[in-house]
Amino acid sequence: MTQLVLFVIFGAITLAAAIAVVTARNLFHAVLWLLLAFFGVAGLYVLLEAPFFAAAQLFIYMGAIGVLIIYALMLTRGVMRQQVPLVNDQWALVAVLAVALLAVLSWLFLQHTWPTVDQAVGPDSLRTLGEALVDPGRYGFPFEVASVLLVMALIGAVTIVRER
Amino acid sequence: MMVQLEWYLILAAALFCVGLYGVLVRRNAVAILMGIELMLNAVNINLLAFWRFTEPAAATGQAFAAFVYAVAAAEVAVGLALIVAIYRNRQTVDMDQINLLKW
Amino acid sequence: MDFLRNAIVEIGLWIEGLLINAGLAEPAADVIMTVVGAFVVGFTPLMIVVFLIWMYRKVSARIGGRMGPNSSGTWAGPWGLVQPIADVIKMFTKEDIRPQGIDVIPYNLAPIIIVVAAVMIWAVMPFGPGAEMVGADLNIGIFYVLAFSSAALIAFLMAGWSSNNKYAVVGAFRAVAQLLGYEIPQLLSILIVVMVVSSFVGPQGNPLSLQSIVEAQEGMIFLVVLPLPALVFWLASLAEINARPFELLEAESELVAGVQIEYSAMKWGMFYVGEFMGSVAVSALFATIFLGGWRGPWVDTAPVLGTVWFLLKILFMLNVWTFFQMTLPRLRIDQMLAFNWKFLVPLSLFAICVIGVVNKLIPEGATSWLRSGILLATNVVILLLAWAVLAIGKRRRELRAPAGAGVEVGA
Repeated sequence: MTQLVLFVIFGAITLAAAIAVVTARNLFHAVLWLLLAFFGVAGLYVLLEAPFFAAAQLFIYMGAIGVLIIYALMLTRGVMRQQVPLVNDQWALVAVLAVALLAVLSWLFLQHTWPTVDQAVGPDSLRTLGEALVDPGRYGFPFEVASVLLVMALIGAVTIVRER
Repeated sequence: MMVQLEWYLILAAALFCVGLYGVLVRRNAVAILMGIELMLNAVNINLLAFWRFTEPAAATGQAFAAFVYAVAAAEVAVGLALIVAIYRNRQTVDMDQINLLKW
Repeated sequence: MDFLRNAIVEIGLWIEGLLINAGLAEPAADVIMTVVGAFVVGFTPLMIVVFLIWMYRKVSARIGGRMGPNSSGTWAGPWGLVQPIADVIKMFTKEDIRPQGIDVIPYNLAPIIIVVAAVMIWAVMPFGPGAEMVGADLNIGIFYVLAFSSAALIAFLMAGWSSNNKYAVVGAFRAVAQLLGYEIPQLLSILIVVMVVSSFVGPQGNPLSLQSIVEAQEGMIFLVVLPLPALVFWLASLAEINARPFELLEAESELVAGVQIEYSAMKWGMFYVGEFMGSVAVSALFATIFLGGWRGPWVDTAPVLGTVWFLLKILFMLNVWTFFQMTLPRLRIDQMLAFNWKFLVPLSLFAICVIGVVNKLIPEGATSWLRSGILLATNVVILLLAWAVLAIGKRRRELRAPAGAGVEVGA
């Protein structure tokens, strides 16, 4: 019961904030709504018994990605003063498309019988994850590739914005 | 009453559609990037929901969610760098005016 | 006298027994006790901070050759003890000035976020041995603390942007450069500790939980075993809480007050309290990770002493922080960045590689004394290497640059 109430609360926070992100006129407010949406998702992760990902959500999404977006917004703040139309001319079509996609997806999800198991998350789930990520037979290689990707992104970002 | 897997899936689908709307509709490049972040979050909810409800003993779903984090961080760093570079060259981040590759 | 040995837990059990005797169901009593516990954990730091501010003012006054708050003039109690309370009352009753052109909601939300983030950290601090003395012994422990400490950055950005003031925006820009950058050495130094903890407590323990970090320091505190991560962590944390050598967000002489420039009355007070609580939290974190937390003499016979030792260690670290605050000049912005990216980050990256390999090479069966000794030796070697590299670099720069040119800090 508590789970249900919390699911509804966090789900509502996430969705409302997400809608505010795509409709807010002021871009700075849009980023703040985005941070709130990230927070709601972190709450959902707690409900899914993945506390590591809830903390990572706060740490990476709110602490790093959200901050980077605000930073980029400040660097390009000339655009924030202009009075340009918020959206392009295909917004009505896209809105219909998005709602239709949601309807189809929801219908599919409810149609299918998912092979769910009623099993509690063990106390060692974090350890299992950690061992899987460094095990060469499982995700060791993708993990290394991910770190190479991050280094490449770091170098690439610096190269792109460097003033010559 | 327990929360079912379908609910998480529908919530994630709704989040994804909102993000999609933002990506396709907004004119500001930073706002488009925000829409992409919402979509990535929807994917992560799905991955973790599947992990929780179908095989909580394994690490597959969690591992994939961790990779999504890495990709999202890389994407936002490079994407914002591109936006800042475009702004330096053209004094705008309005996607309707960045049309050199258009016919 | 048995009661006194574990007083805090005993009081909790006694109140819960009282509630159950009064006819409450056990789950309901549990819920009430959880709420009371959260209240105590959340409000004790807020209350203690008032006293700590008095202590900070006294100690810093002594360093500056002044008296600090005292009882002469207007009455302020013995040794000026009532002064902080008078300050709080003054803060509450001052006029709240709202500047023109601000962005109202972010402007008002920022000081609240600062204080809330500083309070949330206390939920996972172990105040004594046993599960009852931790608010919530999360299996991600230390990661949770770091996640909430990054909320301060968002609050600074919100305050800086919404104040409609150019100095505030510059302060917010600096906040991003400083807080995001110094998170890296802070995280890496904690990672070294987590790595070592798992080989001290064995494969069954959870090295991320703060309680098991304290348990791993049974033989020797980590300040002695791992002095290098301790140093890096302390310096990076000083930058994270915007303390004196890295006090670039406020920088009175250049930015007036940075992000806080447009805040007045109680909202400014919340910034002040939030920053002070940040330093208390960093002191507590340092005490837990490197000074053994609640460990001390006679804790086995009287667990309540653990809380006392922990608080004493926090006070000690807070005084170290005060000494840093009062004796060090502020770095320039380029020096601050250079110190991080050219010194702390490479050093901690190098240290995590070397210490990780050395820790793995020590056989599993080694006694904790042997392990501590080898790790300490490794740390000393890395520190000497870093010193040698710095000395060589300085010498080469002196040869290249004309005589009399300034030497950059940490570069």
